Amino acid sequence: MQSFKAATPTNPDMFCHSSFFLRGDDCNGRNQARFSDLGELDHPAAAFHHDDAVDLSPSSIFSLKSSNVGVVATGLHYGALNTSIGATEIVSTGTGCLDTGQFMYQKGTTFGASLGNGHIENWGESGLADNSQQTDTSTDVDTDDKNQLHGVQHGAIITVDSVDQSKTKTGDQKILRRLAQNREAARKSRLRKKAYVQQLENSRLRLTQLEQELQKARQQGMFIASGLSAEHGHSIGNGALAFGVDYARWLDEHQRLINDLRSAVNSHMGDNELRILVDAVMAHYDEIYRLKSIATKADVFHMLSGMWKTPAERCFMWLGGYRSSEFLKILGNHLEPLTDQQLMGICNLQQSSQQAEDALSQGMEALQQSLVDTLSSACLGPTGSGNVADYMGQMAIAMGKLATLENFLHQADLLRQQTLQQLHRILTTRQAARALLVINDYTSRLRALSSLWLARPRN
Amino acid sequence: MPMGSDPMERVVKLASESAIVIFSVSSCCMCHAVKRLFCGMGVNPTVYELDQDPRGKDMERALMRLLGNPQAVPVVFIGGKLIGSMDRVMASHINGTLVPLLKEAGALWL
Repeated sequence: MQSFKAATPTNPDMFCHSSFFLRGDDCNGRNQARFSDLGELDHPAAAFHHDDAVDLSPSSIFSLKSSNVGVVATGLHYGALNTSIGATEIVSTGTGCLDTGQFMYQKGTTFGASLGNGHIENWGESGLADNSQQTDTSTDVDTDDKNQLHGVQHGAIITVDSVDQSKTKTGDQKILRRLAQNREAARKSRLRKKAYVQQLENSRLRLTQLEQELQKARQQGMFIASGLSAEHGHSIGNGALAFGVDYARWLDEHQRLINDLRSAVNSHMGDNELRILVDAVMAHYDEIYRLKSIATKADVFHMLSGMWKTPAERCFMWLGGYRSSEFLKILGNHLEPLTDQQLMGICNLQQSSQQAEDALSQGMEALQQSLVDTLSSACLGPTGSGNVADYMGQMAIAMGKLATLENFLHQADLLRQQTLQQLHRILTTRQAARALLVINDYTSRLRALSSLWLARPRN
Repeated sequence: MPMGSDPMERVVKLASESAIVIFSVSSCCMCHAVKRLFCGMGVNPTVYELDQDPRGKDMERALMRLLGNPQAVPVVFIGGKLIGSMDRVMASHINGTLVPLLKEAGALWL
């Protein structure tokens, strides 16, 4: 969406956005109706220029034919919208005002309804229908030969009076009244435009905010929505938030590397090039372990809780991450054909990773048991017989035990990292590429499962 | 044993007396994990609980200096040679070098 500056037109007589300001000289140089045309509009001579529009083309250009009011309205394009309005003679209604009642911005169609002999414009969805829509330039209309070009942000506007007719006919009074009406209408139109632009700006900001929230929520599962259980309003810590951002970025990059790897495998790329891609993925895995290490020191409970993973992943998590032995089982038959030596290597790896996981799990159980013992020790009994010193002492011991949690989480991550590296050593380049793809498929399906589950219709 | 003996010397001496030696502290959970690891492999390590040894404190300090780590325990010796803490033990198990070492030291058959 382009950000429009809702600036007040500098020339109050020109109904146009400052950035789409038609230069007076250009305007006056126009003698003929201009049709909206993307190419033309982008042309510097079009005298419309806008800051950073990508898809938008400037809009309407009006020109008055010499003794007539010829207005060409061109719509501003929104995105892919192509609007073109044929030049029409704009002719005023009896009062010299153009009834713009029916201009609604329609996508993909030429918009603008023809009123009587002419029409124009429109103004976004606010449906500025205003019977007395006129530019103030009607004051300039007095000069017959002057060409007026008015730029408007969204649509073309306007019209002009068939000045020459009124001049001779009805007399000054009518003219003055009409001019006043014109000014009034233009003023109202400007205010509406301003309001509309403000609305757009707000929506844009809101959109950015929502996108950020969505990203955060995605990383943290439903952490925000589900509330913070034990934390009594203590909000998610900086370390946790920082990791959430890092992890999201890491996932995106990982997906990109995997996609490159996948197309390389499918296109039967040579081993040397493939190895580079495989090594890139492996190095990128090292990166996540580095990030996890930092985050664990900052907030071990957050990392252990797995709130940074999707719900389904979290359910099958082990000590702050996936189970290496599980991944090896998943790889199972996908690695064939394997040499005998490779087969032995894989089996040994499966066994040793399983043993290491079991050992760490038992260590964790011992930790939990030890905490239970400490927190339920006799001196802290309900009779209140324990004194404060005992209490503080026990708490200090418990704190020391909790500190070893970081070490366990660290060892678990090391285990995961080392298992991956050993796998890389055992396999050929092509096998390693396949293995990485299989693992990625599994985890992304698990993540997709989480999304589906969260979005399932409930009765 | 003489009273003034160097704690490090004692460590080395004890480490060389068995095929696999673990220096531990009874309340340390990571020590528990490393013990479970070896048991799970069918190995029977010799464990010295430093908190139950009169000179344990000194030995702990000596080990801290040796490892360059405030965490003195667990530390594993195989065949009298220093292997290291939990991370080193696990790494060597994963990369396949632990089992040959154990076999070489006679701690593991098959």
